[in-house]
Amino acid sequence: MTTLTPVLTDNWDAERAWTLAAYEERGGYAALDKAFAMAPDAVIDVVKESGLRGRGGAGFPTGMKWGFIPQDNPRPKYLVVNADESEPGTCKDIPLMMASPHTLVEGVIVSAYAIRANTAFIYVRGEVLHVIRRLQRAVQEAYLAGHLGRNIHGSGYDLDLIVHAGAGAYICGEETALLEGLEGRRGQPRLRPPFPAVAGLYASPTVINNVESIASVPSIITNGAGWFAGMGTEKSNGFGIFSLSGHVRNPGQYEAPLGITLRELIDLAGGMREGHELKFWTPGGSSTPLLTPEHLDVPLDFESVGAAGSMLGTRALQLFDETTCVVRAVLRWTEFYKHESCGKCTPCREGTWWLTQTLARLEKGQGSEADLDLLLDQCDNILGRSFCALGDGATSPISSSIQHFRDEYLAHLTNGGCPFDPAASTAFAPVGASA
Amino acid sequence: MTTTPDRTEVETVTLTIDGVQVSVPKDTLVIRAAEQVGVQIPRFCDHPLLDPVGACRQCLVDIPDAGNGRGFPKPQASCTLPVADGMVVNTQATSEVADKAQQGVMEFLLINHPLDCPVCDKGGECPLQNQAMSNGRGESRFAESGGVKRTFPKPIAISAQVLLDRERCVLCARCTRFSEQVAGDPFIALAERGALQQVAIYEREPYQSYFSGNAIQICPVGALTSADYRFRSRPFDLVSNQSIAEHDACGAAIRVDHRRGKVMRRLAGNDPEVNEEWISDKDRFAFHYARQDDRLRYPMVREDGELRPASWPEAFAVAARGLRDAGAAAVLTGGRVTAEDAYAYAKFARVSLGTNDVDFRARPHSAEEAAFLASHVALSGGVTYADLEAAPVVVLLGLEPEDEAATIFLRLRKAARRGRTQVVSVAPMTSRGLAKMQGRLVPAVPGTEAEVIATLKGAEHGVTRDAVILVGERLAQTHGALSAAVELAATTGARLAWVPRRAGDRGAVEAGALPNLLPGGRPVGEASARVDVAAAWGAESLPAKVGRDGNAIVASLLKGELGGLVVGGVDPDDTSDPAAFRAALDAAGFVVSLELRETDVTRVADVVLPVAPVTDKAGTFVTWDARARSFDAVFTNPSSLPDLRLLAGISEELARLGQGRPLGFRTVAEVRAEMRSLGPWDGARPALDAGKPPRPAKAPRKGETPFALATWKQLVDLGSLQDGEVHLRATARTPVAALSAASYESVFGMLDAEAGAPLVTVTGDRGSVTLPAVVADLPDGVVWVPARSFGRGVLAELASPGSAVTLRQAPAALDNAHQAVKGATA
Repeated sequence: MTTLTPVLTDNWDAERAWTLAAYEERGGYAALDKAFAMAPDAVIDVVKESGLRGRGGAGFPTGMKWGFIPQDNPRPKYLVVNADESEPGTCKDIPLMMASPHTLVEGVIVSAYAIRANTAFIYVRGEVLHVIRRLQRAVQEAYLAGHLGRNIHGSGYDLDLIVHAGAGAYICGEETALLEGLEGRRGQPRLRPPFPAVAGLYASPTVINNVESIASVPSIITNGAGWFAGMGTEKSNGFGIFSLSGHVRNPGQYEAPLGITLRELIDLAGGMREGHELKFWTPGGSSTPLLTPEHLDVPLDFESVGAAGSMLGTRALQLFDETTCVVRAVLRWTEFYKHESCGKCTPCREGTWWLTQTLARLEKGQGSEADLDLLLDQCDNILGRSFCALGDGATSPISSSIQHFRDEYLAHLTNGGCPFDPAASTAFAPVGASA
Repeated sequence: MTTTPDRTEVETVTLTIDGVQVSVPKDTLVIRAAEQVGVQIPRFCDHPLLDPVGACRQCLVDIPDAGNGRGFPKPQASCTLPVADGMVVNTQATSEVADKAQQGVMEFLLINHPLDCPVCDKGGECPLQNQAMSNGRGESRFAESGGVKRTFPKPIAISAQVLLDRERCVLCARCTRFSEQVAGDPFIALAERGALQQVAIYEREPYQSYFSGNAIQICPVGALTSADYRFRSRPFDLVSNQSIAEHDACGAAIRVDHRRGKVMRRLAGNDPEVNEEWISDKDRFAFHYARQDDRLRYPMVREDGELRPASWPEAFAVAARGLRDAGAAAVLTGGRVTAEDAYAYAKFARVSLGTNDVDFRARPHSAEEAAFLASHVALSGGVTYADLEAAPVVVLLGLEPEDEAATIFLRLRKAARRGRTQVVSVAPMTSRGLAKMQGRLVPAVPGTEAEVIATLKGAEHGVTRDAVILVGERLAQTHGALSAAVELAATTGARLAWVPRRAGDRGAVEAGALPNLLPGGRPVGEASARVDVAAAWGAESLPAKVGRDGNAIVASLLKGELGGLVVGGVDPDDTSDPAAFRAALDAAGFVVSLELRETDVTRVADVVLPVAPVTDKAGTFVTWDARARSFDAVFTNPSSLPDLRLLAGISEELARLGQGRPLGFRTVAEVRAEMRSLGPWDGARPALDAGKPPRPAKAPRKGETPFALATWKQLVDLGSLQDGEVHLRATARTPVAALSAASYESVFGMLDAEAGAPLVTVTGDRGSVTLPAVVADLPDGVVWVPARSFGRGVLAELASPGSAVTLRQAPAALDNAHQAVKGATA
């Protein structure tokens, strides 16, 4: 039985955990001096050894990404933290920055030092005003305490950290669209190459990392690469925050080693909603293909979830019980993608427009079985044809739901509409209600 | 004459496309490599002259081997993918994956497209329509399944000329990328997101661009249309002819589309050596002048003070008699005639009138300029558009390319954007065009250009032997400036080229329509040159005395030293002194006017001969870079004759009366043959003699601080060749008076950015004008106004360029106009 391993979430229960005092009381900012005592390349090596992989969903090795920064490039280097957490179901970075912004700030300092950046940015989604304020205050506290600014801790290293509030677009979580937004332009993804490591922000070498990846760095420096690599599975080292939401008794953040199973997590969360059972779930937010109860024992690491036909993604575990109409859920997600498509490329822009209409008709019991094939063909024409991964993500819930729940789609047609009672799936539904 | 750059070995890579091996230069994009093997991959956003973007995804191809033994798992956009050695590409022709991907994207593109081809201007020449046929399915699954398209009100005007139909737009971003990358006018951009994304303007900044028509032309659907052409005709009803734009000395290739004897529209031609695929809005939209109501359609002679229609033979006879009886006569041609017509004027003056009093320069000019044209322009060449792109430094002297030579502007902007070329401009201020070329201003108060040019020899300006110096015609307005330019070229080794504003100017120099030059660059002062030409023309001798220039002809007419005048296409308000020119017309004993439309000249002329517009005749415009750009007649119109035919008619009548000889030609072909057989002068070029400086200007009245007047003509203004196209004229920049911050404060007191542009009255010795005042980086004591954007223009109604004018604050009346201007300049 895998147990929780609170590292990032360890201090969340502290009194006013978001303050510098509370953070330092638990040993915060100790990783700085340890890192400054090492050469920047040595810091990169530690992170490489730890096996830390990007926590934003793609799982790219963080240390390798840092190593791509051409240190002979005369332009300034930049570290950009992607805090534009917008994926439906994903809710790990926002609580982290809310509860303990200093964990992120400390990670930024160590990471920026490693890649030799003197300016770093946190691009945080603009809607979470409270979090922005906590971040801004934390950065201010760090400056006042000498953790940021000139000659940090007497190391001779300078770093400025800028908290940038986005304007609320899902696409700005895509790293090149984020850079466009940071430069003051419309958030639309850029053509690659050049890759950000070569010409990113202001055409300079840039590392873009997820909040959780950067926040994990101080603990790796403090406890060593071996400590981190000792957790998790063979190729998916370390711990991660698993965000359980939906029809589970105690939704919330569960920090555990990678490789824990959903069955274990549901147990930790007190089980499914009283009197109900799991019907389908997303392992990493709405852009990862749906899984079913038969996948309850799949280890939640990059390789195993991939082998099960989905992706680990952001470990946003949305759990749906048997009261939920899968067509309805998929339509809501698809409406989100249609609303958030940036419009740059044809397949995503027009495809999501069309998918929504086809799904809406199916939900109402209109259309025919041929529409399922039409949906799958549309998905086939979007997946791998769009400019960035947003278009790919939009097809995941549709194709996976038809794969697992084709009969339920057809039931809408034979039933002349949705056979489910939408009220039964709500949080305020009476206990034991069913469709 | 032109030099081609040294051919360097181009590194090539070899790849296989649809089973065919092809070698293409390194960095070629797959989509263009495929064209080399005859495979057309469908595309919308891709344009060879714009940066790749990969937005529309129409050009997806399958790459089983990227050249490294591994393939791409997903289809790749061929418009963003450079070729690699050993790469294997399978397009829609051989790959089911690529074909399905393309069909899928095409289907998506059409779901929100209105499919209103039967009523769309683009129908019949539409890339979307054509490629939907070649790479799409016949029936729409979207429509079959009851899909609902997004709709928008349509059209919306994004400028006075450019109309946007948002429903038809496929969001390829060609127009926005063109405006940003090529024209440098990023005033349209994509706004909103998803399927609601649309091309938009910022509410306070209209899409103001001299090149907006190109965005319409490269739109791959019918989303952008011009107010001028919208709903006027169908492409398949049009007949197309290649031609050359007549509005500047750049020689841009154009396509003239016409129907039933009427030009319906003009498009940019594709000439990589000249205008690439772009033309200015003036070249595109300014063609209605030839169909105005005041177009002259038959010869007229004056009888009892009134003009009456006449037959051609009668008109020629009356003109010949009148010229014979008027005594000494002179010839003034405008700068718009073709080289063949200019040759006819030049020969007519010498052979029929026995004089060298001929000048094409219908603008402020000087004796120094005539000497410069003879010594450094005639027969010169060697600087090309490609050289402008390759030069590390291009110096602009008295030249604003965006306004006066739009094709040069686009080339220089392209070069500057690539970071290769530094543009340096000697001018009174940083114009919008100079800013877009990232050019460096070397400020010059009007009248001081010669001294400022002399400072360019300094190393900091980088004028080396690789540099190019472009000399505008306005440099002639300052005595000594042309000599200084020549001196700069001589000391630095930089190459020099003269860029006139009008299409016919350079051809007129070569054809000898100057008092000091005979055809083929032969100096009048050289006896051997005169003998040369006289022999070719079968004349006993040619007049030996260097003739009067335009200014001197006007003065001599006023003094009665000249009696007759032949005027071809001169607008009095373009001349150095319009009032004097008009007086000279009145003073002349006999005036023959060769004109297209009724003007102040035809109204007082004794014989009026209608001439053919460029659409009705063949001809040649010689460009600033000495390219002979020949074009054929678009229409066959027997009653519309070129100037040379009319001059031949008069000359034949004169010969019958015993004066001179017939010109010996009647057609363009005959003139071309004669020019060819005469050939260029192979003798030494005359030296440049700057001549005497002119008398200093009158001192202004006491008590008023004088400002030096700087001015040039803007691309779109009140010029008569732009008559008849209201939408084009509506895109003209609002006329303003620009002055330095200190000068502004000396007139208005404190600068108040919030208050908008106050009105200033500029007064010169010919009148005054009231315009909104704006601050620019002019030297103190200089005011700039556009030359032909109000009333009859600066020359007629304000003062001579460079002369002293006074400024005073105008009463804050004209509230409406004020507000309008504020909106436009904000």
